[in-house]
Amino acid sequence: MDVHENRHSIGSKAGMWLFILSEILLFGGLFILYAVYRFKHPSAFHLAAEELSRPLGTINTLILITSSLTMALSILYLKKEDRLSSLMFLLSTLFFGFLFLLIKYFEWAGKISRQIFPDSSRLLERDQGEILFYGLYYSMTGLHALHLLVGLGVLFVMGILIAKQKVNRENIVPLENSGLYWHLVDIIWIFLFPLFYLIT
Amino acid sequence: MGDWMENKEGSSIANHRTYWAVWVGLIILTGITVSVAGRNLGRWSIAVALAIAAIKAGLVLSYFMHLNYEKGIGLFKWMIPGIMILFALFIGLTFFDVAFR
Repeated sequence: MDVHENRHSIGSKAGMWLFILSEILLFGGLFILYAVYRFKHPSAFHLAAEELSRPLGTINTLILITSSLTMALSILYLKKEDRLSSLMFLLSTLFFGFLFLLIKYFEWAGKISRQIFPDSSRLLERDQGEILFYGLYYSMTGLHALHLLVGLGVLFVMGILIAKQKVNRENIVPLENSGLYWHLVDIIWIFLFPLFYLIT
Repeated sequence: MGDWMENKEGSSIANHRTYWAVWVGLIILTGITVSVAGRNLGRWSIAVALAIAAIKAGLVLSYFMHLNYEKGIGLFKWMIPGIMILFALFIGLTFFDVAFR
């Protein structure tokens, strides 16, 4: 075993974890903002949340959870030197990620066509708490969707690198780090889902 | 988790059956959180929803993100959950601050 290379892989994983922690702080600030506003406007948040589609939110949750599974399996099969299975699971991860964004797109398009978007005159007529709810809804799910889009790009590049055998059993850390990022995006959604779609 | 394999770097590889089991667990927890939201638990509903979300995040971190498979001193194994707990404390304290102001 090459000691030097081993240290290199530990270092790049530590870097990835540090990045993940900084991402948690980024979303954490927004979660605190959400907590304070929800506490100040409980009934308006409840009213506004009723307009979100619970079935679509649930389906998207199941899609992201499944994409996390296929991501983990892709890494596992590359470790077993089964390149084809690894690529297949990576492709399914890309597919599920794309499906999530597609559903998100239809959700947003539906809201926007009903004049619910930040600063729309129809929304501004409503209660202060509802305006805040939708401001947070668009910024938090939007920031999350942006992360997912970046993740799709990263996974796409990984697919090419695996196909070219540049990422393989000996050099698996790039795929593992991409996986860590993908799971982080999943974890953030795990919290966003109940906070926006399941307010009672 | 029993049967791991050793790879070159000395970290353990999870079994794919473990991954599928974790996936089933996550699906069931999602079902629970949705059905609980249908009932009226009043003030407790957000606490239950966040507790279930925390369990789901824990499953993803331990198995999919391999914190459970860390070997040696297991730096990440202790550091990451530690920071998460610290972070949850900060959010919790903010809640108390807002609630009793």
